[in-house]
Amino acid sequence: MALIRRAGRSLSMLKRSSLFHGKQKKQRQQPIVSPSLPNLTPHLPSSLIRLQINTTYSAIPRGISSCSFRSSYIPNRLLTSEAQPKLPDEGIDDTQFLDFPGVKNTAFTCDLKFVSEKSEEVPCYRVLSELGEPVDGAKLPQMADALALRIYENMITLQVMDYLFYEAQRQGRFSFYMTCSGEEAAIVASAAALSNEDVIFAQYREQGALMWRGFDLQEFAHQCYSNSADYGKGRQMPIHYGSKKHNFVTISSPIATQLSHAVGAAYSLKMDRKDACAVTYFGDGATSEGDFHAAMNFAAVMEAPVLFICRNNGWAISTPITDQYRSDGVATKSRAYGMRSICVDGNDALAVYSAVKSARSMAISESRPILIEVLTYRVSHHSTSDDSTKYRSGEELSHWKVMRDPVVRFRRWLEGNGWWNRQKDTELQSHSRKKIIAAMMNAESMKKPPLSDLFTDVYDSIPTNLKEQESYVREAVAKNPNLYPSDVPL
Amino acid sequence: MVCNTCLFSVWQSCMMKACRMRKLNLFYGIRVRAKSWSYVFGEDVGFGGVFRCTTGLADTFGKHRVFNTPLCEQGIVGFGIGLAAMGNRAVAEIQFADYIFPAFDQIVNEAAKFRYRSGNLFNCGGLTIRTPYGAVGHGALYHSQSPEAYFCHVPGLKVVIPRSPTQAKGLLLAAIRDPNPVIFFEPKWLYRLSVEDVPEGDYTLPLSQAEVIREGGDITLVGWGAQLAIMEEACVEASKEGISCELIDLRTLLPWDKEIVEASVNKTGRLLVSHEAPITGGFGAEIAASITERCFLRLESPVARVCGLDTPFPLVFEPFYMPTKNKILDAIKASVNF
Repeated sequence: MALIRRAGRSLSMLKRSSLFHGKQKKQRQQPIVSPSLPNLTPHLPSSLIRLQINTTYSAIPRGISSCSFRSSYIPNRLLTSEAQPKLPDEGIDDTQFLDFPGVKNTAFTCDLKFVSEKSEEVPCYRVLSELGEPVDGAKLPQMADALALRIYENMITLQVMDYLFYEAQRQGRFSFYMTCSGEEAAIVASAAALSNEDVIFAQYREQGALMWRGFDLQEFAHQCYSNSADYGKGRQMPIHYGSKKHNFVTISSPIATQLSHAVGAAYSLKMDRKDACAVTYFGDGATSEGDFHAAMNFAAVMEAPVLFICRNNGWAISTPITDQYRSDGVATKSRAYGMRSICVDGNDALAVYSAVKSARSMAISESRPILIEVLTYRVSHHSTSDDSTKYRSGEELSHWKVMRDPVVRFRRWLEGNGWWNRQKDTELQSHSRKKIIAAMMNAESMKKPPLSDLFTDVYDSIPTNLKEQESYVREAVAKNPNLYPSDVPL
Repeated sequence: MVCNTCLFSVWQSCMMKACRMRKLNLFYGIRVRAKSWSYVFGEDVGFGGVFRCTTGLADTFGKHRVFNTPLCEQGIVGFGIGLAAMGNRAVAEIQFADYIFPAFDQIVNEAAKFRYRSGNLFNCGGLTIRTPYGAVGHGALYHSQSPEAYFCHVPGLKVVIPRSPTQAKGLLLAAIRDPNPVIFFEPKWLYRLSVEDVPEGDYTLPLSQAEVIREGGDITLVGWGAQLAIMEEACVEASKEGISCELIDLRTLLPWDKEIVEASVNKTGRLLVSHEAPITGGFGAEIAASITERCFLRLESPVARVCGLDTPFPLVFEPFYMPTKNKILDAIKASVNF
């Protein structure tokens, strides 16, 4: 009985192999059934029988050197010393049948051939030319003028904010800033394709997405000035934004750590049957981190509706992509995880919008992750702590800055549709500038968060050791108040 | 987020109907209410786990709630953080504490700081990481480690270690429900060894509250996990020689209950800390320093630490490495006779 059960189990495993229903060629010899053994075959179609053991075994086998196996599923230990039946071989070709559990769809070969390190070419999707005109044969996404103008206005406001905040840092008004020059389309247009319910786990250069969601200029300024109105309570460096009401999870500095969080969040959304996905942004450098690999694999296995949006801007601080990875781009990496992907011209706002919208719909309706590689160029320095002239040529930089501006490209398309003009542009720039400066002045005038905010939120409630430490710090401050910043209220 | 109405309760009564004595198999059942967001996951969790802690859970609650993950600790913890950030309870298993290190960045830089850095806009308090730790007799370098000290150095985390089945149930339920990320170290030595009548039904034990499990007047002993059984034996031996030992189970190492230890040392005037982890930089050092600060004038002898050696955890040398009953007994006598 044990033998039949084992055989049955092995056979059911064999049935699942897609190669199983393969060619059935010539009949081989008929089975030799030992009269003393039960007939193993009557309940099973003969074509399914692949097992052939033509050696006897001792009750406690020491080895299998004298046997020949046809299938790996029959366990070695057989409790009979009688000859086993030679089961019919329907002529399924040995070379077709590969039933290792590790792979699904492949076949044997006797050619000693290696898989090339070069992947199949991944085309880069774009619909607008560099001059902002529809490319021949391109099917433009449906985009009403209101949406297009909102995207453009966001991009301009983003540029102005970046410029002014960068200058503010240079003037010592706050300690740090990162601009996203050159990547405005990649960030804003992708955010525009999402719904407000999609939870965003960003890296650090995606303030455009948060702006799209409705985080206003004043809120940005508060965070950068680390004042009492900063939602982060002054604990993190500038640009480490977060906003619960905007479904934008607070930024953390370590690279790529947010990717697996997005996968967990996506799984939760799937289980709760929400019409939403998780979205995570990261750069080309992040794809080298272990967390990238971990998250990609988890997302595929868990069938999590998550969008992995990689801003491939060619640089990770001073490290060009040639020192970062040897694959041809990032989109090609998804195949290794069993995941779908697309490569998009990140400086084409329409293409980015179209690709992300489509990917989002697929992710939610099919419960699958999608990798979206958004090709762009980092015109900005890495941050205010970086001087990129030290590691890249002025020609390269000015080419991308002047000739390949994604905002100008989109503006040309708007102007081509008659939705925008120079005068509106000037007005928008001026208006944004005024608003941002006012927000900065306001933020600068406010006090920092109170000293008590140093000790809260480590846990949900403040533990005894922190209460003691707060008393200790207050005593120290009371003794030498001039040694401590005066803009932090006690 | 909508309030989580899920409830965890130990499943031992279901699994062990036949016998009254319950082993520390840590069968944790999840009772799913109308709306619940609880997940149990990790390597090999689906079939019951390598220590059978999750046996039957997937069958009862479904593979979407109790499931295997790929073999990737940083992914397990990162995924758990994401689940918890959405308001769920995520019980992540790390198969052996020895393998927790790939997840160290996620635990230290992300989980522990999630609430603080967001100004309390977000948190991953629903995350509990369960992991077998400690000596098992034959585990050697990579199946015996006690890494609790690394995590005790991380503000924002809680570190909880039970000494017995009854304690494990109450503490684990408390840990899962605590709105902070908790690392729950389960002494693997006790999985098969420890047999106890565990109360059925739902109960929790308080975190950050140590327990005096043996009262005495001559010396205070502090420990956690499997080591307490060894320390208890030493206390019994010491009492035969007229030394009355007070034994305290710390239960939560971070944040730890200084007050109860301080009160005890103020009574006895002597302190001995014992743990399996290597002595240098072990959590005993934190206890020794804190109590010395608080009870300096009361102390009759230096704080003693009887711990593992400063070596990787060896195989054939385990009996020499371990802080054994006799080493503890010798240290008790040395302290009392100082």
